[in-house]
Amino acid sequence: MTFRKYLVLAGVTVFSAAGDSLLARGMKQSGSVSPHDLSSLILTILNPWVVAGIVLLLAFFASYSSALSWADLTYVLPASSLGYVLVAFAGRFVFHEQISVTRWLGIALITAGVGFVAVGPSVTPKLERPEPSADAASQEVRS
Amino acid sequence: MRDAYAWVAIGVIVVASTTGDVLLSHAMKKVGDVSELWKQHGLLQVVNRVLTTPTFILGVMAFAVAFYSLLFGLSWGDLSLVAPASASLTFVSNAVAARIFLHERVGRRRWIAALLVAGGVALMAV
Repeated sequence: MTFRKYLVLAGVTVFSAAGDSLLARGMKQSGSVSPHDLSSLILTILNPWVVAGIVLLLAFFASYSSALSWADLTYVLPASSLGYVLVAFAGRFVFHEQISVTRWLGIALITAGVGFVAVGPSVTPKLERPEPSADAASQEVRS
Repeated sequence: MRDAYAWVAIGVIVVASTTGDVLLSHAMKKVGDVSELWKQHGLLQVVNRVLTTPTFILGVMAFAVAFYSLLFGLSWGDLSLVAPASASLTFVSNAVAARIFLHERVGRRRWIAALLVAGGVALMAV
């Protein structure tokens, strides 16, 4: 794992958290969207929060896809879940929201889960054609 | 009855987004390390290669199905049930699907991680 790869994983986390938050904020501002009322849909799409949210979610999809080009799905997914923790911290320290004990417990579980995966290798040899594990270890060191 | 509809929506979301993740992961492994490709062939070539990979397009379509079922699910059930239940279950179903379809070595470490994250996401919504 190089520094650049950690940056891509950080991008996955930050873009998904920020994109979701901005999109949610924009959707709340513009109210509910119904399929029968096209003008409300257009108003929603033109809302600057929604536009910013969509741009960030596209950035998320790009970094997520690029992470999947060199790491296992079961490695990238827990990393992406740190976004939930980021959103909670932003709520607590930027917007001064109260965070309940169960939410703190959820944060602890997610963080522990990510820690479990992050310690291990990002790519594992496939099951079909098992390679010696020393090979995987040396690959990890080289990258 | 509304609850039953909400759980049907949750089921569809979980299946569709797991399918999307597996297809996307398969596509990107086939494309190869994009940062290496970018260095060798330039960004346009990378984008072209990704967009012409059939499983990538299928994966995006599966994500679209998941997204629209989330919208339907939200109109049938509570946001506080549908969003966390589907997100949480997806972490577990993805670990199973990655083991079966992508032949990833989901070791004890990764099973524990999937379960911890799934539990954590569920708790965050309470």
